[in-house]
Amino acid sequence: MRIIELTLPLTPADISGLQTGDKALLSGILYTARDQAQQRLCQLLDKNAELPFSLASATLFYCGPSPVPPGRICGAIGPTTASRMDKYTPQLIENGLRVMIGKGERSPQVQEFLRQYQAVYLTAIGGASAILAQSVTAFDLWCWQELGPEAIYRIAVKDFPCYVNCL
Amino acid sequence: MRIIPAAEIHTAVTEAIGNIAYGIDPLLKSALERALAAETSATARDVLSTLLENAAVSGRARIPYCQDTGTVVVFAGIGNEVLISGALLDEIINSAVSDAWKVNYLRPSIVCCPLSRTPNSGDNTPAVIHHRITAGDKLHLSIALKGGGAENMSAIKMLSPTASEDEIIGYVTEIVTKAGGKACPPVILGIGIGGNFETAAMNAKHALFVPLDSRHPDDRIARLEQRILQAVNATGIGPQGMGGKTTALAVHVITAPCHIASLPVAINLQCHAHRHCEIIL
Repeated sequence: MRIIELTLPLTPADISGLQTGDKALLSGILYTARDQAQQRLCQLLDKNAELPFSLASATLFYCGPSPVPPGRICGAIGPTTASRMDKYTPQLIENGLRVMIGKGERSPQVQEFLRQYQAVYLTAIGGASAILAQSVTAFDLWCWQELGPEAIYRIAVKDFPCYVNCL
Repeated sequence: MRIIPAAEIHTAVTEAIGNIAYGIDPLLKSALERALAAETSATARDVLSTLLENAAVSGRARIPYCQDTGTVVVFAGIGNEVLISGALLDEIINSAVSDAWKVNYLRPSIVCCPLSRTPNSGDNTPAVIHHRITAGDKLHLSIALKGGGAENMSAIKMLSPTASEDEIIGYVTEIVTKAGGKACPPVILGIGIGGNFETAAMNAKHALFVPLDSRHPDDRIARLEQRILQAVNATGIGPQGMGGKTTALAVHVITAPCHIASLPVAINLQCHAHRHCEIIL
């Protein structure tokens, strides 16, 4: 198992250098987006409206974090099931998204989009939230607070561990 | 009659939730350690080592084991000589869930309307509570924090009453294979066989409370559990679906008498974040 340190956002060269099964330690910025937020992102794209961040330079983390206790940087963070995002992923990829993190397998359609657009899907270990929280250096609500745990949070990470699942 | 004050139940449930959201059940820790020793794949070993490390950090640093702190599921066994004073049992449990969620900064994961998806109840209430009347003067509460990912992969099927044990094993293997990495393996399988549509599902859930290392007292069912475990682990799905020998850590079956026309089989998947406990008051 190769272990590769990567700085976000990933470049096309970074992605083309990856192989399925590699362990990646990511440093940089992640944006959380799970079911409700992904639906909203796609609705904004449908209306040609501005998104709350640039998809092309974003790494999407399918995650609904737990609340931040006082005095802590963040609560528990970890991936949710990626296949629930499959219906939104092709549109997001067509509009620039290249890097996403979740858990579990993707649909054949998403796998084809990943190949076609040289994008990558990484898996983080589901239910290893205490460990993943150790790699967080900053955590902020980014937008859509009304969605609670499904809001978009901006998370700065250092050596966030995950595995190359599909590209 | 023995009187149990509402406050006593409230305190016990609040503390129990605060305990199981962090750290790990010692039996689960042992099972993960055995799995780690058996795995040869570097990735499977890396995942299992991370899970053990996660459990240690979760307990030590008081960070929830998983960010999905779950739906609270309670099986209440209420002794026929018990009188709960001060409030209804469900009100006490929900009040305790609300307090435990606030005190421990757990994730509010319940939406009030399943269609509009709003509003979030804010305190993870209501809990899912099942009641049965038992003999005696004790109150038994089996409590679990059940994550959504594995729950989503659960399934029920009404098999033909003449279906063989091999067909049952085939169905369970099909469901676990379909779940793949989505259910956060290594999983624990609770399986309800027999009864009717709803009792099979209830028994599948209840089977998740059977201690991990215990064997069914009926030899035939114990052998079936073992065969299911072997079949599921032969799929090669492995920890987090990334390949390996450990797809499930344990299989527990609860059976019930059923109609001559029926053979319901329900499978409730439990992720490795198996947060559960039992309180006896």
